Amino acid sequence: MAWLLRRLLTVLYTLLVVSILVFGLTQILPADAAVTLLGENATPEALAAVRQRLGLGDPAWLQYWHWLSALLQGDFGTSMRTDQPVGPAMFTALGRSLMLGGCSLVLMLLIAVPLGILAALRRGKATDVAASLVSYLGVSLPEFVTATLLLIVIADHFQLLPATGYVAPSENLVESIRHLILPVLTVSLILVAHVSRMVRSETIDVLNSDYIRAARLKGLPPRIVLLRHVLRNALLPTITIVALDVGYLLGGIIVVEEIFAIPGIGRQIIVAITTRDLPSIQAGAVIMAATYAIANTLADIAYVMVDRRIRYD
Amino acid sequence: MTDALHRLLRTPQGVLGLALLSVLLLVCLFGGVLAPYSPETMDFAGRFAAPGAPHWFGADQLGRDVLSRLLVGARSTIPLAVAATFSGAAAGACIGTLSAYLGGRWDEAITRTIDAVMAVPHLLLALILVSTLGKGSLNAALAIAISVAPSMARVTRSVALAVRQQDYVKAAIARGEGGGWIVLREMLPNVAAPVIVEATIRVAFAVMLFATLSFLGLGAQPPASEWGLMVSEARRFMHQAPWIIVAPSLAIAATAVCFNLLGDGLRDALNPRDER
Repeated sequence: MAWLLRRLLTVLYTLLVVSILVFGLTQILPADAAVTLLGENATPEALAAVRQRLGLGDPAWLQYWHWLSALLQGDFGTSMRTDQPVGPAMFTALGRSLMLGGCSLVLMLLIAVPLGILAALRRGKATDVAASLVSYLGVSLPEFVTATLLLIVIADHFQLLPATGYVAPSENLVESIRHLILPVLTVSLILVAHVSRMVRSETIDVLNSDYIRAARLKGLPPRIVLLRHVLRNALLPTITIVALDVGYLLGGIIVVEEIFAIPGIGRQIIVAITTRDLPSIQAGAVIMAATYAIANTLADIAYVMVDRRIRYD
Repeated sequence: MTDALHRLLRTPQGVLGLALLSVLLLVCLFGGVLAPYSPETMDFAGRFAAPGAPHWFGADQLGRDVLSRLLVGARSTIPLAVAATFSGAAAGACIGTLSAYLGGRWDEAITRTIDAVMAVPHLLLALILVSTLGKGSLNAALAIAISVAPSMARVTRSVALAVRQQDYVKAAIARGEGGGWIVLREMLPNVAAPVIVEATIRVAFAVMLFATLSFLGLGAQPPASEWGLMVSEARRFMHQAPWIIVAPSLAIAATAVCFNLLGDGLRDALNPRDER
């Protein structure tokens, strides 16, 4: 329990550092929030009034304190672009992004784990070489390239799937899935390549270990050795790798949402950055970092629950 | 060093990676000379010319020769990404070594803060930095350097912790050397090898990140023929002329594959016992 408490404190510290980082960076943005809000033609009096209301004349630490204490009460501020509260818009968008990210994670695991194990078992043979060529190519294609190539081939040439757009699952489930396929494929490709390589090398380590040799020597059938001993020990470290990859996944989601016009949190952040909408940039970045920190904590807890040998306290 | 090169040439990844690297190096150095046309010469009659003579990779939406643009564009894509990675790696290596040298509470505080910064996805951190600094190639490279540094600091720290226990470091402390001297002259040279391996793999990642920033309109600006920018500009014409997109995409992929192979080859060459 002490361990869990420490872990939660780490999450809080992470969020504190991220909030300082994000606030500090957006503070030096070369944009006058009052001008952004009222436009270039606003009168000096109106600008002064807005600066007063937003507290732009206050010292930075005081502005940070106001921002943080509002944040802790669930108030993410008001968007400069839409004049609406930022929080609800961001969380609605986050829901869509989590659907995209979750589907990508599941698809990735379904492909990457069997692929990695197969490559390890057939080490040095044609299957292994083919799998490693595919994974080299996979980790070398940025999401915008994969997405564009998929669009050219599947949406444009063969017209199998819609190119861009988003349909809510509650609205039309089939259309919603059809719109999700290409984005999910794009996000998962690079992760499949990375995770399958990790699974392969973990599996090879386990296959070379003494306890596997012992299991084989005492005459266990190969299938049992594989299922009971190899799989379990090889897949444990994969949990950590996948959790760390969530950061990469979130970055990928930003690009993919922009290309496929999915109104998720990544697209919100890009719009916020291009329009210099400070409260939205801050809220988006903090929410993304929180998602990552929570995912990693959950992975750590899962790891301890699955592997009884590990005791952190 | 020559020993490491020999061992690198004994791994298949190393051979392939070095071969690709020499091609890329040639293109970066002599791309302008090799290019059959000027990358900015427009030819409205020859818009969207399909690949084949005289435009081997086709022509783009303004009739510019795609091959020439690729060859010249290598220079605005690869060197900046390499420089960004290695400067970020150097900064990260200093922080990581310092953290390991200080140890105790300082080490704990630095490590936790690095972990916290790493909770912001690289691309997001780079996006925020570029929007703060202003768009452009140099700022994008700076943003990439800054976003590479934390993870390199973490890698370096784990290596430096072992170096910290070595006798020569203890001897330096006993001699009464200053902290700066010990970190820079005693510890850093001894963590360099694994740091270079890690940094080489990150170059692949930096090339992709740089191209992504340009694709999003925040890195290289037109009329540069940076590869990510070429994909972004050609996207509207993917019906008419998919080759304008495919050519720079493959160039980015080839560059990233090159550094991934090279990094893996180096890793194998420097850890001969590890037979993965």
